[in-house]
Amino acid sequence: MEIPLDIQVDSVSHFYGSTEVLRNVSVEIPTGRIVCLVGPSGCGKSTLLRFIGGLERPSDGEIFQLGDPPEGSLNPLTYVFQHFALLPWRTVRGNISLVLEDHGIRGAASDSIIGDVLARTKLSDFAGALPKQLSGGMKQRVAIARALAVKPAVMLMDEPLSALDAQTRELLMDDLVGLWSRQPFTAVYVTHNLAEAVRLGHRVVVLSRRPGRVRKVIEIDAELAIRTTGDAGLERVQRQLWNLMRDEARAADEELVDV
Amino acid sequence: MSDAAAEVLTQRPVVYRGGGFAPSPRRWVGFAVFFILIFLAEWGTRSGWISALTLPRPSDVLETFQNLYATGLLFKHLGPSLSRLFMGALVGVTSGVALGVLIGLFSYARAGMVPLVAAIFPIPKIALLPLFVIWFGIGEGSKYALIAFGTFTPTVVATYGAVDNVDRTLIRMGQSFGLSWFSIVRKIVLPGAMPGILSGLRISLAIAIILLVAAEMLGAEFGIGAYILEAGALYDLERLFAGVVILSILGVLVSAAVGFVEHRLLGWRV
Repeated sequence: MEIPLDIQVDSVSHFYGSTEVLRNVSVEIPTGRIVCLVGPSGCGKSTLLRFIGGLERPSDGEIFQLGDPPEGSLNPLTYVFQHFALLPWRTVRGNISLVLEDHGIRGAASDSIIGDVLARTKLSDFAGALPKQLSGGMKQRVAIARALAVKPAVMLMDEPLSALDAQTRELLMDDLVGLWSRQPFTAVYVTHNLAEAVRLGHRVVVLSRRPGRVRKVIEIDAELAIRTTGDAGLERVQRQLWNLMRDEARAADEELVDV
Repeated sequence: MSDAAAEVLTQRPVVYRGGGFAPSPRRWVGFAVFFILIFLAEWGTRSGWISALTLPRPSDVLETFQNLYATGLLFKHLGPSLSRLFMGALVGVTSGVALGVLIGLFSYARAGMVPLVAAIFPIPKIALLPLFVIWFGIGEGSKYALIAFGTFTPTVVATYGAVDNVDRTLIRMGQSFGLSWFSIVRKIVLPGAMPGILSGLRISLAIAIILLVAAEMLGAEFGIGAYILEAGALYDLERLFAGVVILSILGVLVSAAVGFVEHRLLGWRV
């Protein structure tokens, strides 16, 4: 049986003013899989993610949502942001209840959802803490808990680990793998870190430098749970990815930014 | 050779050049400054090198103040002044925050209102007092209007600046979770703008106290401003200073109140 599609990006092109950022990009995101978007800086991968979640509109092309979101999904397309985007004036519990309040979920119903997602992200002891008291890794776990609270059909993760130090990143990757293994979710995962891509991605989409085009799509079949950092097979894929990207990354780095 | 070199090498501690640029609270210094100034004035007037016409004796001012309190006149003056201050500031600050948020959120409000606010801001509001008297009558109305108008413009400017500074990623986050426009404004924009609004409030409330005296120049029987103006017209320096001290204390109290609100509402700040 073929895996049904969840999201289809259909020949999307985009311009910021006269700057072409994306050219004819088509990506398919299957249900229950993590698709990683990698590419040199400025290749439009975060822009593409904003299109997928409906925060921006592409100049050309379309994004389709195929099939109906699962029952009880409050916010089918849900983001996890690089800089966490937690409200500093709300506690951990308050930050999660923020996204439930607008759906009319309060009181006991809200408490049970919050309790559940905090337990899944191992944050139960920190429900009353303010963001300023938390480390970067904890903040991102709160953001992940908040995303889980609205029962998303697709998680849109915009460099979720890039603001964290290397050790925290390892820990959070394990957490993400754990979450996925217990209950597979669909995700689009934007990153510039190839180690993350080969560790978490079932499919890695390599974009070229600006204007971003799909250069290659690599499928990684190994089970997420058994992948480890430093695995020879994954290393090979990672090297392959880097070979694809190296020259582009250098050229992108030397480009003048005109904003 | 190497021995000789080792001998001339001297050991010096690394010169410290960090620190500073971080004022820390020194609670009693403020009181000491007040105390020394008052002491100098008292001593100068008593020993005669400050003439009674130059500066009233602080103890006399205190005595005037006590009289004011004992005769019950203090509250007769303070009552109307506080109510004018409260009503005027309430109207001015509320409408200022409202317009500031609109300017912060809507392109047309911004394009239309920012030049208007810039045009109104530098007008000395006192100059408009006769106009307010015509519009709102000689009674309380013109006094409320003057104070409201004076607090309005700085509040607008502080508020839209504060709304501009709200982290856009938080607003995108709200949108990405499907929060309604109204929820985003109430739960993200307003709390995010609160630090800027409160620091604007400090300035606009100080302006309100300044304008209080101006407001009471015309047709006020009671009020701190009226009291000061009357004393000034008579060159009764003791009473003048007693009034000025009341205004100063009012200013300190208002500032402390804003500080208290900041402490309560902005504990989340890093």
